[in-house]
Amino acid sequence: MDFQTFVFFALSAILVFAGLRVITARNPVHAALYLILAFFTCGGVWALLQAEFLAIAIILVYVGAVMVLFLFVVMMLDINMDRIRQGFWNYLPLGAVLGLLMVMEMGLVLGSKYFQVPAADALVPAGVSNTKAIGELMFTDYVYPFELASIVLLVGMIAAIVLTHRGPRPSKNTNPNQQVFVKAKDRIRVLQMPVEKD
Amino acid sequence: MDAVMNFGQGIFGGAWQAVWTLLKIVLIVAPLMLGVAYLTWAERKVIGYMQVRIGPNRVGPWGLIQPIADGLKLLLKEIIVPSGANKAIFIIAPMLAIAPALAAWAVVPFNDTLVLANIDASLLYIMAITSMGVYGIILSGWASNSKYAFLGAMRSAAQMVSYEISMGFSLICVLMVSNSLNLVDIVKAQDQGAFAAWGLGFLSWNWLPLLPMFLVYLISGVAETNRAPFDLSEGESEIVAGFHVEYSGMAFAIFFLAEYANMILISALTSIMFLGGWLSPVGFLPDGILWLFAKMAFVLFLFLWFRATFPRYRYDQLMRLGWKVFLPICLIWLPVVGIWMMSPLNIWK
Repeated sequence: MDFQTFVFFALSAILVFAGLRVITARNPVHAALYLILAFFTCGGVWALLQAEFLAIAIILVYVGAVMVLFLFVVMMLDINMDRIRQGFWNYLPLGAVLGLLMVMEMGLVLGSKYFQVPAADALVPAGVSNTKAIGELMFTDYVYPFELASIVLLVGMIAAIVLTHRGPRPSKNTNPNQQVFVKAKDRIRVLQMPVEKD
Repeated sequence: MDAVMNFGQGIFGGAWQAVWTLLKIVLIVAPLMLGVAYLTWAERKVIGYMQVRIGPNRVGPWGLIQPIADGLKLLLKEIIVPSGANKAIFIIAPMLAIAPALAAWAVVPFNDTLVLANIDASLLYIMAITSMGVYGIILSGWASNSKYAFLGAMRSAAQMVSYEISMGFSLICVLMVSNSLNLVDIVKAQDQGAFAAWGLGFLSWNWLPLLPMFLVYLISGVAETNRAPFDLSEGESEIVAGFHVEYSGMAFAIFFLAEYANMILISALTSIMFLGGWLSPVGFLPDGILWLFAKMAFVLFLFLWFRATFPRYRYDQLMRLGWKVFLPICLIWLPVVGIWMMSPLNIWK
């Protein structure tokens, strides 16, 4: 076994372990951290395939930006694990069917002729940087799919903004005319509360 | 040099390549750590003189042994793990903070041949590795199980993610004009042009044609390293010390080391991408690694100068600067550079 194969198996082992821990870890923050480890290791596997641009891009985009925001949200959620686990056995059959369906789809797509590129064809000739090769392909042969993908992303971005936009913020300017008419009872409410024991 | 290589080959045989690489890593990291130690000393001295004080002057001549004494003190202190803390992550967090700060140095060129790994996409590598520095801060804040630490971590995560965008855009302008992602080629590209031919090399460096991007990168760099005036994540007056409030001893010192190592890294990157790296500013002086160090020292001095001069930003002002000022500037300057390169006035051919 040469060194490259050894590195591939080591990275794959870490990747599979991290992927399993993402769905089995009890603490959601731990699960998110294992997901980060999985992305990072995935970058390593891609680097082994000499796809250095993709390898660095997945680390830059997923590890460096997406997962930071993801972790940000997960940390602030108050997740009650017992309540989430309640319906586990009820939902398991549906989840299993969906999972099997996805595995079959993946198998069909990856097993099709479209993805069976001989390794020799996939290699970039020496002296041409990986980034340049991808850029040239993206803006010549695949320019329409690329533009379509960017439009889909743009629509997603606008949709997210529209969903969270709460209208223009009212001005905070004060009106002295209204201020002088204010009464104490507009501002303060005195509540009668029973004394709390214990 | 050949004698050293032959000697090593004789002793280690086939493993010499690995040993030699490890040696080179030590040769980069050891001076870096020493640089960090003396950067803290320089910071205290510079800010001291700016505030008409003397700064450290008791340990050794001009206080020169002060950083060593501080380091020893931190080394001997106890590391306390709070009882409510998530112990594993609490201990991993400082490592996650320092590792990217050191790993990024693998591709930083000191000279056209003096670089540990001269890879094709070194600029992308640097961007990817430095973008991971934020994890140390977020996780330390979360794992401490303390309100102050958590608030500091949240602030700093939002801040670093926002400023990374404008930083990335300014680097895109640099890679457009130098037509390469390799840091060595980026420096070499700055040695061309009319001014370089006249012997006024410093006018052909990227800082002049890309002046808005240079300023955006420099200021975003200060924000990215959580330095004053963007040090909201540790805001002493509101959240005591932010994300590292629960850390003590060496664990705290690691965060400290990471912050200063990041400062040195940003100064090296600014020098390489906008200030011509190891190139000499004028034609009659030779290029050399000393120029790179001089430029890094200048940028580091700017960092200290900012800290002594500017009051801390308010949080909404900080976000406004990142999203409503820097991002539009970048989005406008990007097509400007593109059109400039396609027009007959292109100066980067």
